Amino acid sequence: MLRISIINLLLVGVLLLNLFMLGTSRIRALIQAAALQGVVLGVIPLLIGTHRDWNAGLIAIATVVLKGSVIPTMLYRALREAQIKREVEPLIGFVPTMLLGALGTLLSVAFASGLPLEPEHRELLIVPASFSTVLTGFLLLTTRIKAITQAIGYLVLENGIFIFGMLLVEAMPFLVEIGVLLDLFVGIFVVSIIIHHINREFASLDTRRLSSLKE
Amino acid sequence: MLLIALIALPVLASGLAFALPSDRERPYVLPAVAVGHLALALAAIPAADSSALGGWLALDPPGRVVLLLLSVLFAICAVYAVGYLRYRQELSNRVFVPCLLLFLGMTTLVVCSQHLGLMWVAVEASTLATAPLIYFNRTPRSIEATWKYLLVGSVGIALALLGSLFLAYASLGGESSLLFGDLLGRAERMNRSWLQVAFVLLLVGYGTKMGLAPMHTWKPDAYGEAPGVVGALLAGGLTSCAFLALVRVLHICRAAGEGEYAGRLMVFFGLFSIAVAAVFMVGQRDFKRMLAYSSIEHMGILVLGMGLGGLGIFASLLHMLNNGLTKGVLFLSAANIHRAFDSKSIDDVQGAMRRVPLSGTLFLLGFFAITGSPPFGPFVSEFLILSRAFAADRFVVGGSVLLLLLVVFTGMGRTVLVMVQGLPSAGGARTSYRDGLLTGLPALLSLALVLLLGLHVPAPVEALLRDAARFLETSP
Repeated sequence: MLRISIINLLLVGVLLLNLFMLGTSRIRALIQAAALQGVVLGVIPLLIGTHRDWNAGLIAIATVVLKGSVIPTMLYRALREAQIKREVEPLIGFVPTMLLGALGTLLSVAFASGLPLEPEHRELLIVPASFSTVLTGFLLLTTRIKAITQAIGYLVLENGIFIFGMLLVEAMPFLVEIGVLLDLFVGIFVVSIIIHHINREFASLDTRRLSSLKE
Repeated sequence: MLLIALIALPVLASGLAFALPSDRERPYVLPAVAVGHLALALAAIPAADSSALGGWLALDPPGRVVLLLLSVLFAICAVYAVGYLRYRQELSNRVFVPCLLLFLGMTTLVVCSQHLGLMWVAVEASTLATAPLIYFNRTPRSIEATWKYLLVGSVGIALALLGSLFLAYASLGGESSLLFGDLLGRAERMNRSWLQVAFVLLLVGYGTKMGLAPMHTWKPDAYGEAPGVVGALLAGGLTSCAFLALVRVLHICRAAGEGEYAGRLMVFFGLFSIAVAAVFMVGQRDFKRMLAYSSIEHMGILVLGMGLGGLGIFASLLHMLNNGLTKGVLFLSAANIHRAFDSKSIDDVQGAMRRVPLSGTLFLLGFFAITGSPPFGPFVSEFLILSRAFAADRFVVGGSVLLLLLVVFTGMGRTVLVMVQGLPSAGGARTSYRDGLLTGLPALLSLALVLLLGLHVPAPVEALLRDAARFLETSP
C-alpha cells in the first residue's frame, strides 16, 4: 500500500504544478515547472509496473533526460535568442485561469470516477491527474499569447497523455514509447526553429501578430 | 521484406538528398525514388501476405487502396516538383526535397503499420515532415501558416494519442497486443464506455489531420501558403492516410457492436464539414484557399459515406481515389496559374486560358471533376454515396448533401470562371512563366486518371476496392 500512497503523492505534486503553471507570470518559472513535471512523470512508471526490466528503465531514463533537460534547454535557448520580455502575457488573467484549472481538476475527478477501471488501478489518481493535466495544457495553449508559452502548453498536454499511458505500461511496447518520445523531441525541435523565424520576421513572439491569414 | 524496402527507400533517399551539395541536381532524386516506390508498391499490393516485423507491418485491404493512391500521386508530384524547383532557384531546396521524401516514407509507414501505437507515431512523424514544406516560401505569411499547422495539428494528434490509449485500455484484460487483427478479435469483449470515449477522441484527433470542420482552421492557411505541389500531396495523400487511420478505428468499433454510434458521429461531422466548406467557398477570392475548402468538403463526403455503411464504404473508398487525383490536377494547375500571374487572388487573375492555356483548361476541367460533373470519377462516387443515403432512408442527409453540393458548384464556379475566362488585365504582373512539359504533363496525366476512373474503373482497381469494402463490412 505504501507504493500506491507514494504514487498518489507524486501525482498530487503534478496537480499542484499544474496550478502553479497556470498562475506563474515568468516564462522561466513555467519552463522549470514543466521540466520538473516531466521528471516526476518519468519516475512514476518504475513504481507502477509489477515487473521491472531493462526496457522500463531505459524509457524512464529517456523520459527524464528529454523532458527534464533536453527540451527545457531548447526552450531556454529560444527564449534567450528571442530576447523578449520574460513575462507570460495572458489573454485571460492568471487568477481566472487558475480558477478554471481548479474547476477542471474537480471535473476530472468527477468524470474519472464514472469510468470503469481495472481493479488494480482503482486506488490510483492516474485518471483524474491525466485529465486535469491535459486540461491545463489546453488552457496554456489557448489563453497565452506568446509562441513559446503555447509550445510549453503543448508539452504539458503531452505530459497529461503520458500520465494516462502509465495505466498501459504493460501493454505499450518499448518501440512505441520510444517513438512517442522521439516525435515529441522532433516536434519541440521544429517548433523552436519556427519560433526563431517568427521572432526574426515579426520582431516579437506575440501570436496575435500572426493574423494576416483570415477570411 | 517488400514493405520494409517500401518505407526504407524514401527515408534513406532523404538522407542522400540532404547530403547532395547541388540545388540543381537534388530534385532529380524525387522522380527516381518515386519510380522505385511505385514499382515496389505495385509488387506489394497484389501479394497475398506481405507482413513483416512480427505482423507490425502488413497491408490490409484498405491499406492497399491507399498505398496505390499515395504512390501514384507522389510519382505525379515528383515529376512536377523537378519542374517547379527549376523556377525557384533563388531558394535552397536542401530541406524541401528531403522533407518530401520523408513525407513519402512516413505516410507509407502509416499505410503499412498494423499496430495502433506505431500508426500514431507515423501520423505524427508525417505531420512534422510536412511542416518545413509549408514554410518553403519563407514569407511572414507562410510562417503564420506553418505555426497554425503545427499547433492545431499537434493538438489534434495528441488527442488521437489519448484516444489510442483509451482504446488500448478498453481492450485490456488478459491479452495486451495492440495489433489491429488482435484488437478486432477481442472487439466484442471490449469495455463499451472506454471505447465510446476513445472513438470520439480518435475522430476528433485524426479528423483534425483530415481537416474536418470544426477542426479545419489550419487548412486554408496551410494550403494557401504552401507551394502547390505540397498542397496536392497534403490534400490527396496525407488526408487519405488520416482517413485510413480513422477507418481502421471505425472497423474496430463496428466489430465491437458500436457501429451505429460511430456511424452517427461520422455522418454528423461529414455533413457539418460539407456545410462549413460550402459557406466559405461562396465568394472566395483566393483560389488556393478555395481549394482548401474544397478539400474540407470532400473529407466530409468521405466520412459521411463511411458512416453510412453498406455501399457507402465502397463508394467512400472510390471517392478517396477520385478526390486524391482530382486534387492533384487542381493544386498543380492552380500553382502554374499562380506563377504565371504572381497572384492567387481573382482580383488579379483573369484570362488564365489565354496566358497559360494548358493549365487554365486543366483547372477548369478539374473544377468540373471535383464538383461531381460527369464523366469524371467523383461523379460516380458521389452518386453512389447519395444513392446509399437514399436507399437507407436517410432522406434528410441525402437531400442536404445534394443542396450543399449545388451551393459548392455555384460558389466555386463563379471564382473559377472569372479566373479562366476573358483577357489578362493589362495592369497585372507579368511573369516569365509559361506552361512547360514538366509542370503541365503531371497535371494532365492526373486528369486522365480521373477521367478513366469515371468512365471505367479498371478491373484490378475495382477488385482492390471490393476486397477493402468486404473487409471493412465484416468482423472476424
